[in-house]
Amino acid sequence: MAAREEILTAVRQHPPPSRDLPQVPAFQGAGDRLVDEFVAALELIEGDCVVQPPSDLQSWLSERFPEAKRICSAVAELEGTVTPEDFADWNEPADVDVTVVRSPLGVAETGSILVTERELRVNTIATLAQHLVVLLDPADLVPTIHQAYAHPSFQKAAYAVLLSGPSGTADIGGVPVHPAQGATTLTVILSPPTDGGQGGTEAPGGSTNAGDP
Amino acid sequence: MNVKPVDQARNALAFLEDKDQTASFHNLFDEGIWALRERRDAAAREVPEWEQLRDLASQIKEHTLSNLGDYLELFEANARRNGVHVHWARDGHEHNQIVLDILASHGVKQLVKSKSMLTEECDTRAFLGRRGIEVTETDLGERIQQLDHQPPAHIIGPAAQKMPQDVADLFHRVYGSDPQNAEPVYLAHVMREHTRPVILEAGAGMTGGNFAVAQTGAIVTVTEEGNADLSANVPKLRICSVGIEKVIPGVEELAVFIRLLARSALGMRITQYTSHFAAPRAGGEMHIVLVDNGRSQRLSDERFWPSLKCIRCGACMNTCPVYRRSGGLSYGATYMGPIGIIMMPSYDLHRYHELPFSSTINGSCSNVCPVEIDIHEQIYDWREEMSAKGEYSVTKKAAMRVADAVLSNPKAYRAASEVGETAMRVLPHFAIYNRLNAWGRRRDVPSPVTQTFHQWWARNRGDGVPPADASSERPSSETSG
Repeated sequence: MAAREEILTAVRQHPPPSRDLPQVPAFQGAGDRLVDEFVAALELIEGDCVVQPPSDLQSWLSERFPEAKRICSAVAELEGTVTPEDFADWNEPADVDVTVVRSPLGVAETGSILVTERELRVNTIATLAQHLVVLLDPADLVPTIHQAYAHPSFQKAAYAVLLSGPSGTADIGGVPVHPAQGATTLTVILSPPTDGGQGGTEAPGGSTNAGDP
Repeated sequence: MNVKPVDQARNALAFLEDKDQTASFHNLFDEGIWALRERRDAAAREVPEWEQLRDLASQIKEHTLSNLGDYLELFEANARRNGVHVHWARDGHEHNQIVLDILASHGVKQLVKSKSMLTEECDTRAFLGRRGIEVTETDLGERIQQLDHQPPAHIIGPAAQKMPQDVADLFHRVYGSDPQNAEPVYLAHVMREHTRPVILEAGAGMTGGNFAVAQTGAIVTVTEEGNADLSANVPKLRICSVGIEKVIPGVEELAVFIRLLARSALGMRITQYTSHFAAPRAGGEMHIVLVDNGRSQRLSDERFWPSLKCIRCGACMNTCPVYRRSGGLSYGATYMGPIGIIMMPSYDLHRYHELPFSSTINGSCSNVCPVEIDIHEQIYDWREEMSAKGEYSVTKKAAMRVADAVLSNPKAYRAASEVGETAMRVLPHFAIYNRLNAWGRRRDVPSPVTQTFHQWWARNRGDGVPPADASSERPSSETSG
């Protein structure tokens, strides 16, 4: 491959003066009230947060999205009308009204949640659905982006996305609007896994008054 | 090929006087762009370690660029291990040909793509279009510019130079939407309705890349709309084009840039989608094209390599008074504003030789730059370079010869400034504001003073004696006394 060799030779010809790679300090963020910070950060980017998990997710959904017909559930807690495995082609979730997925990581600084192909199974269910509902164990909150990148997903996931609020754009007249191409709303429900295969008993609503992990 | 030099100042006049726009459009533009700068300041102030992050980002970039060959090889090895096809392109044409070959080998006729300044650089859309590939931009601003046959006016907001009504007219023409409705939320909806079906049926998707992480082989895109994630995930075939300078060591370093980028660009803590594409899905295919296109040459230039540190946030243009009063299209270049001024001449010295003069060298660009590029000093260095290479317009040459003679001779300078002040008081308007005075073309020359500094000194401090040479003068204690 001539191009490869030529480029590699060229960048080694007269490189800029060498400089050591600096150590990135462990910045800890402003405070230790992670849930409060997360909720405030999410609000800034027009995401919603439900701090007290509803005892019945199904009825919460029908109350919140009364028009929704097609519910794609990627979580054990909810049946939904369709699961990711039902989609043969990745463009099929286009008619999904609400996707429900669990995130393994939330970031207090930015109000972001992480999802990867492991949680989504079909990557497009998060972006094609009209509305996105994310379950997040408050114990999985970290203070800043620095701690977030220590999550193993960033080493091994084929696709990992930090989602921060609903899709938006300010490309016309500098006015921020929702949605652009992705989800119209994003709601995070702070709820520990109810039956995550760890043999825990079902903890109906309000099991958590989560502080730090 | 248009080799005629870009006359940014003349283009800026067109922006300021454009009859099609409402009279105040350029003021709205200025205010809108400045608002980004203000939001950036507020976001930066929230972070106690902001300046430390800038230092780190600068050092990480310098470290990586000084070992670029090793990091590129590491990135390539890890991407290959992830099952990704890695290609290398020396220039834009080679890049476009590689992309075309990938598409042709899969029989793809429809490509959806997200915003990428690199593909603007390579003119990829036009290249593919001429060869029967229908390319649809899926970023709203970029799509607007595509439909209106214009290049981006800003690296973050490509359609920043359009009023909502312009977009309403454009979408009416193209999509038949309501021309009376210029509400941005409606127009964004029109875009969604017309672009989603194209995304769902496209044979391939293409993205750029904000970062390429050597440690993991992942391409990282930082976006707001969700269009990059759809373009990259819906079709089975994914192509990511990325400049070789975008490589960074690992995810620990990535965190520093993610914290800086959206705050610098938009005053947001993060954008809606921070996406990491490391491997194809089962049954899918992922290609990464690493593009040089002049970067390795700039890297070996001991003066001008630092512009390669750029992470494309646009903060330098948002703070630049020349950009804000000229518009991005006036630069006639892929990259505009202060960063464009120091990047473009290395692509084509003659064509962009006027750009380094489109600056007041106030240093604000360097102060907001998240990777601490000494932009204003680079601009000055480019002026010297233009002078050394003889790339000077005739009027500038004449003016500089006079300035050189006067400024290098204190007596002549004093005489000239006294005569100048007198002349400005007595000369008629047309004698001051004529075509030879480029500076006064769009500005009011400051009101003449009644006395020069030297005259004031002689009267008040020096007992009639002019001050000694300024360089031997210590700051006086007059404020404390």
